[in-house]
Amino acid sequence: MVNSKLNSHQVFNLISEIPDPEIPVLTIRDLGILRDVKWDNNNYNVTITPTYTACPAIPFISNEIKRILNEYGIYNCEINISYEPAWTTDWLTKEAKLKLKQYGIAPPLHSSCAKKIGAESQIHCPRCNSNKSTLLSNFGSTACKALYKCNSCEEVFDYFKCH
Amino acid sequence: MEKNNLYKYIIRLADNALILGQRLSENCSKGPFLEEDLAQTNIALDYIGRAQVLFNYAAKLNNNNQTEDDLAYRRDEIDYLNFLLVEQANQDFAYIIARQFYYSAFDCLLYNELTKSKDETLASIAKKSIKESNYHLTHTIDWVIRLGNGTDESKHRLQNAIDALWTYTGEMFEQDEIDLNLSKNNIAPNALDFKANWLNTISTTLKNATLKLPENSFMMFGGRNGKHTENLGHILSEMQYLQRAYPNATW
Ligand SMILES: [Zn+2]
Repeated sequence: MVNSKLNSHQVFNLISEIPDPEIPVLTIRDLGILRDVKWDNNNYNVTITPTYTACPAIPFISNEIKRILNEYGIYNCEINISYEPAWTTDWLTKEAKLKLKQYGIAPPLHSSCAKKIGAESQIHCPRCNSNKSTLLSNFGSTACKALYKCNSCEEVFDYFKCH
Repeated sequence: MEKNNLYKYIIRLADNALILGQRLSENCSKGPFLEEDLAQTNIALDYIGRAQVLFNYAAKLNNNNQTEDDLAYRRDEIDYLNFLLVEQANQDFAYIIARQFYYSAFDCLLYNELTKSKDETLASIAKKSIKESNYHLTHTIDWVIRLGNGTDESKHRLQNAIDALWTYTGEMFEQDEIDLNLSKNNIAPNALDFKANWLNTISTTLKNATLKLPENSFMMFGGRNGKHTENLGHILSEMQYLQRAYPNATW
């Protein structure tokens, strides 16, 4: 399928459903990793932003974007990795936060990190909804998560840190 | 000249991140318990990611076909410009925490200032990095307080490490022509401007941890100009092994 007539908006939609490799319940659009697609008369310029500077998902996501576009006969695409504006949990949509919770990860509590880190004590357990939980570690299974334990159902759960 | 200064400054930032990241990653699977093991590894990964971005920028500035991998893996010891502090050996858990404590307290202040840099690329890297730096510092301060107020053994060991590494802290505030030139042009801060702030974080935390602020004033310098302790050679021999044994190997 060769297609050079897709506009940048259509290209954006084609790749927006790529799941995040670490939190597959969210797409790269849900997470705000996919920022923009522009056509510059030669290339589709796809801008993505990493959640963390060392986000190991970025090469995977870049390859996925290219793979999907290749399926549509698009080979002229440039992937720009942008750090400004810096990714923030504020970009998670309401739907994304709900999906996270259903997946078993407590969504970030407040916007960005204006507050002092570590003071996020009122984290609700994604399983039983109890608001009594204890921080086990600020660093969880991936850079973007912290580890909490529910005081009610005693289940250990991931919390998506404010960033 | 201007560009040279910036290049060297970026290399210093990148080398601090790379070498500390490498040091911390040596500890992977050796943490005192699983959560702390993950924390150390996460912090290591943050630094290595930061180094990668900075090397990438430095390579662009230099414009001589160097890649980020050339900078990370194919330089000689004398070309590394990191602080002596970050190359110091892990020794025991107290040393890891003390090193991180001195460095993170500095790193947070520095990167906070760098977010205001006139150099847009540097400012954008700093805006990304500062969020991570804040987590590192909070985590490390928790440990200083926990070990200081822990058992006699943990207190004694941490005080030992705090005292032993103190001599490497002066270098973080050394300002040479490169720094002065960049601070004059609002590209980087003068580190002396936030030294009091740093000392305040250190002394307040040590007080809360019932530990003593070291008093000796003899400071070691040299890392920023490529003169290292023997530790760096050991790090590089491991870190560069693959590229030296199989030149230009890729994934
Ligand atoms: Zn629960």
